[in-house]
Amino acid sequence: MSLLEIRNLSVEFQTVGGIFRAVDGVDLSLKETDLLSIVGESGSGKSVSMLALMGLLPWTANVTADKLEFEGRDLLTISSRERRKIIGKDISMIFQEPMSSLNPCFTVGFQIGETLQHHLGLDRKARKKRCIELLDLVGIPAPEERLKAYPHQLSGGMSQRIMIAMAIACNPKLLIADEPSTALDVTIQAQIIDLLVDLQNEKGMALVLITHDMGVVAETAKQVVVMYAGQQVEQQEVDALFATPRHPYTHALLNALPERSLHLDRLPTIEGVVPGAGDRPPGCLFSPRCEFTQDDCNQSVPSLQQTDIGAFRCFHPIEYTGHGE
Amino acid sequence: MSNGTVDAVPAETRRPSALRQNLKEFWFYFSESKTAVIGLAFLVGIILMALTADFIAPHDPAEQYRECLEQPPTWGADKCNFILGTDYVGRDMLSRIIYGTRLSLVAGGMVVVLCLSIGIVFGVVAGYFRGWVDIAIMRIMDTILSVPGLLMALVLVAILGPGLLNAMIAISITYLPHFVRLTRSSYITESSKEYVIASKVSGAGMFRIMFITILPNCMAPLIVQATLSFSTAILDTAALGFLGMGAQPPAPEWGTLIAENRDLMLSAPWTVTFPGLAILLAVLAINLMGDGLRDALDPKMKRS
Amino acid sequence: MSVAIEGRDLKRYYEVKGEGFFAKPATLKAVDGASFALESGETLAIVGESGCGKSTLARLATMIEKPTAGNIFISGDDPHAHGGADIPRLRQDVQIIFQNPYGSLNPRKKVGTILEEPVVINRKVSAAERRQLAETMLSKVGLRPEHYDRYPHMFSGGQRQRIAIARALMLKPKVLIADEPVSALDISIQAQVLNILMDLQEEMDLALVFISHDLSVVRRIADQIMVMYLGKVVEQGDAKPIFENPCHPYTQALLGATPAVDPKLRRERVKLTGELPSPLNPPAGCAFHNRCRFAQAECSVTAPDLQMKFGRQVACHFVELAAQA
Repeated sequence: MSLLEIRNLSVEFQTVGGIFRAVDGVDLSLKETDLLSIVGESGSGKSVSMLALMGLLPWTANVTADKLEFEGRDLLTISSRERRKIIGKDISMIFQEPMSSLNPCFTVGFQIGETLQHHLGLDRKARKKRCIELLDLVGIPAPEERLKAYPHQLSGGMSQRIMIAMAIACNPKLLIADEPSTALDVTIQAQIIDLLVDLQNEKGMALVLITHDMGVVAETAKQVVVMYAGQQVEQQEVDALFATPRHPYTHALLNALPERSLHLDRLPTIEGVVPGAGDRPPGCLFSPRCEFTQDDCNQSVPSLQQTDIGAFRCFHPIEYTGHGE
Repeated sequence: MSNGTVDAVPAETRRPSALRQNLKEFWFYFSESKTAVIGLAFLVGIILMALTADFIAPHDPAEQYRECLEQPPTWGADKCNFILGTDYVGRDMLSRIIYGTRLSLVAGGMVVVLCLSIGIVFGVVAGYFRGWVDIAIMRIMDTILSVPGLLMALVLVAILGPGLLNAMIAISITYLPHFVRLTRSSYITESSKEYVIASKVSGAGMFRIMFITILPNCMAPLIVQATLSFSTAILDTAALGFLGMGAQPPAPEWGTLIAENRDLMLSAPWTVTFPGLAILLAVLAINLMGDGLRDALDPKMKRS
Repeated sequence: MSVAIEGRDLKRYYEVKGEGFFAKPATLKAVDGASFALESGETLAIVGESGCGKSTLARLATMIEKPTAGNIFISGDDPHAHGGADIPRLRQDVQIIFQNPYGSLNPRKKVGTILEEPVVINRKVSAAERRQLAETMLSKVGLRPEHYDRYPHMFSGGQRQRIAIARALMLKPKVLIADEPVSALDISIQAQVLNILMDLQEEMDLALVFISHDLSVVRRIADQIMVMYLGKVVEQGDAKPIFENPCHPYTQALLGATPAVDPKLRRERVKLTGELPSPLNPPAGCAFHNRCRFAQAECSVTAPDLQMKFGRQVACHFVELAAQA
């Protein structure tokens, strides 16, 4: 049985301009020790889909899904009390801005302890012991002293480590990291990503890494989901994705990376913009910007096809010859 | 993310009229609060009443009907038919209240205009120069704040002499610190934004930076503050009137109405009840609307 | 070829209130001795993490701030020489674009007004001509003339950055300072904006000072590079040799920490331990010594000077050792 099973998840927002579909028919399935990376540009729905899973969206959002199961339990129908028992304990999440994710009024120790008390019911002494253990685990020097520190006394990298310690406090089965390194400096960024991957191996949990940084994906993930305008356009193994992207969007996105075009005068770009609420094309959402568009692309929406070379939402996936696969 | 969802709409599909777009968005947030809409509707009603007082008031507010002294509210009687009754010299209470609306709205409006114009100048100057200019302005404002508002107004009116105009000036001075502080704080927040540096790099001078570049971006909280001050100004004008330091009889200012009928509180309670109700309803309506305005204009509270 | 902008031993110190009420004010050395010379049409990339002084350098170059010591020369003129009398004239030659496209455009002004502001202030031109100039510039950055009447909030991040570029170029400056211009943008948008920058640089013969922490972008665009750490320049010279063979241990770590998609570009990850020290309280001696793998006793005592080694300027006592690694 898989740990997480999502079928046809959609999220719609009520906005001034009408209904905006932020996530459109996402399917995901995750096993116990998977490391899945979701990449996409801003507004592609990568964070919103995971927030929907956590039940953390504002009231203007309307979440629908055929199936949203965690360990066989349907997250859509259980009561919010039941849901809170799972969220934060079995599924936890870390966010992009470590500095604002911690409450500035309380010490680090208190904030980690809160989670432990709430979900595990540990007493004071056990909490303190566990806190020190956790800080040690996430590589914070002199953990005992750090427990008394307030968030403003910590740097960004330290705060993110604390956030990770809080997230893994209850030994979650699934950790969702939403752009965990984006707000940090390059050298610190590398430390945090390494830490997450190490923890994942050590704890045997599943890790979902949401990012827009292709470099991070290439160096860490195993499975990659590419999202565009709320839809999942491609899913492949990481090496295959970078070597042989099947969806034209993935292909164009990878070509736009500066390091892939060092020999060219100009960087290849994707013309146009991501479709918004008012101008969704009738067919494939990428069709107006796609260089391989044919007639059928403009008429009907491709569905996500599962094939032995990966999954993609495209009528005319890019073919490669000469690759030995 | 919240920003991204709205911004994902490409510019091409937007209506070109920014004003209409802004108004539409404003109304979307404002109309979310039913009470705010009710407040706005009531306020519009009050303003219309003030404007058309000459036509809708059944009687002249100063005319004394000597045969109908202290007449209780009556409907459809042949003689002495005054819906809200008359006062001790036989003046129609309804007409006096309707005409009083004008005085109250003018008082509120004047106070707000005075406070906004002076407060913005002081606040922007303090925010721009910082240093000792800032310290001097802010300490003066703190001094004004440290005296209870109504007491301060009373002292000022005692110096300037009673009357509606002087009452308005006195009240403006007591409200001024709020406006200065608000302008200064939002000015300082805005002045660290990059568009200001960009303006400086383009060579913009002091006045341009102060009033053209930054000030328009500080207006939202000021508008909210102005609305809420409008209602408190009405209240304080009434209070000064009641204490005999505001509008002088026979001006039908609401507070003055209560004051001149104070002795009749037991024998003719309608003469104080209805002006009191008028004050209550007007202030309530403006406050409700002000809350709605704050929700709609304060970007921090914006959802979706 | 002429030198468009030159910095000679630039220093900028700030007085910062110390901790506690009676504490002595501390000195923050935001930029501590930086020299550079940049010719028209060339690109200098300033690279470093937060607190390294790269944004302060931008403020010095744009004459927003006066250097504590050292001189800046715009086309050979020192703006601070005659009591700042030349500043208004020289400012027209140096313009800047910022990282955050949401903060850098005045939200209450129409695009046209924003673009015309520099012209209104500095030139005597009729309204019709101004509009003509603004519309030409809009089309140069890939926007349409009808965007003239819109407000910034109606544009996406990439479009706003184009508007910011257009505004910066309205006065036909000689030097353009770009402070992390593409860091906040998505990859495909980033490529578009970089192309525009490179095209306009060529067309207008601009000297471009490109401040960034993203080495994959810098590698693409820079002719010269200057790596900074806590206010000090640690390595400086032509971009190509530095990327191929970084000599300073910090440059090596920075390059190693930048995640790369292409396995060939991946360097062995030099793990940097520890946090970035606070610029208020930098370590004695070489500021990098407590994170450096080649550090020896001498490093914590004397700060190394920039010397010409291996065809570039490096500030390291053991550069021979580091360069071998």
